Amino acid sequence: MFAINKYYYGDIPDGGGNTSNAQFSAENEWPLWEVFIRHKQGLDHKHVGSLHAADANMAIENARDVYTRRMEGVSIWVVESKNIHASQPEDAGSFYDPAQDKIYRHPTFYDLPDEVKHM
Amino acid sequence: MMQHEQLFQSKIDQEVKIEPLDWMPDAYRKNLVRQISQHAHSEIVGMLPEGNWITRAPSLKRKAILLAKVQDEAGHGLYLYSAAETLGTSRDQMIEDLHSGKAKYSSIFNYPTLTWADMGAIGWLVDGAAILNQVMLCRTSYGPYARAMVRICKEESFHQRQGFESLLVLSKGTETQKQMCQDAINRWWWPSLMMFGPKDADSTHSDQSMKWKIKRKSNDELRQQFIDMIAGQVKLLGMTLPDPDLKWNEERKHYDFGEIDWEEFWAVVKGNGPCNKERLAARKKAWDDGAWVREAAKVYAEKQSKKILKSA
Ligand SMILES: [Fe+2]
Ligand SMILES: [Fe+2]
Repeated sequence: MFAINKYYYGDIPDGGGNTSNAQFSAENEWPLWEVFIRHKQGLDHKHVGSLHAADANMAIENARDVYTRRMEGVSIWVVESKNIHASQPEDAGSFYDPAQDKIYRHPTFYDLPDEVKHM
Repeated sequence: MMQHEQLFQSKIDQEVKIEPLDWMPDAYRKNLVRQISQHAHSEIVGMLPEGNWITRAPSLKRKAILLAKVQDEAGHGLYLYSAAETLGTSRDQMIEDLHSGKAKYSSIFNYPTLTWADMGAIGWLVDGAAILNQVMLCRTSYGPYARAMVRICKEESFHQRQGFESLLVLSKGTETQKQMCQDAINRWWWPSLMMFGPKDADSTHSDQSMKWKIKRKSNDELRQQFIDMIAGQVKLLGMTLPDPDLKWNEERKHYDFGEIDWEEFWAVVKGNGPCNKERLAARKKAWDDGAWVREAAKVYAEKQSKKILKSA
């Protein structure tokens, strides 16, 4: 049977998944890092993927080799995956609900005469 | 459970991507781990036949190109391993499954690279076949897999173009170079067609994969697409494909082609291709030889982080 022995993006359930029948756990692996890259000055860093590295320096160097071989970045952030906390998809309904009925937050809610320009 | 399953399928039907934390059927997860890890292994093992020619490339330019291509393939393997890891499997587990023979990789890499022209034929035919599959997978239903594929596809186009261009140079060369070019095409053509897998009628994973939109085109569809594409391009090389039955069918608007040697296909899948043992041995050796590096770097990192804690 397929074994789920790790969860990422901060989703580490108490008691783990069904880790018991995993033969090769991640125990001996280098930690996993999430990689964020700024494509060019003026843009946000964007998540591009993940990789394994022993420490932050190695993670940044590996990220350069794996994710910027064609000048895709001018700046790299790495953060150990276990340090990322995530909202839960099952809660998405109620979690984002407060924004749902507030259409007056959008500019298109307001009907203005055509004569009003540049607004 | 039933409700989850329906919700899941309706997301798929509406082209909503599935992300790592979302609920998904065990079989979907399992199927993806199998497919993505197999794909990752193919990228990694795929470095071996080409790596074989890096030191013997005919010029510095060709050597730099080949190095860059092989390095890309390593990157592709890494993108894919991390995509598979988001499903809850560990890197070490996947690598163990490759080494134990439980996980497969594309059979094409169990063929030997005998001459320099094989580098061109691999880029043009093998990467060409892989690209068709990968372009389709850019729209696969699992988010991390699709994103890895988009990144890979951006890089693959250079692989195919450098291969074709390299054959083009040979095709305009001396008589011996022309023969070498034709010989490489002859040897790589049929194995390339096998890359698309068994015929639809004999394919075990296809139906469910289509329903889950992991795949969006069948093996036979992709294979036909590939044949139509290559049958046109080979003319520009002034070479031929080694299939006497290859013929344009005006009614179907496709090329007809001869029967693939399925016995050979299954023999190579089952481990009896020309290089299966050699490839796996090379991977295991690389893994074992690297063990002390992995261990040392880990211990060093742990020591460093303790030092930082102390000095803080
Ligand atoms: Fe690749
Ligand atoms: Fe490639």
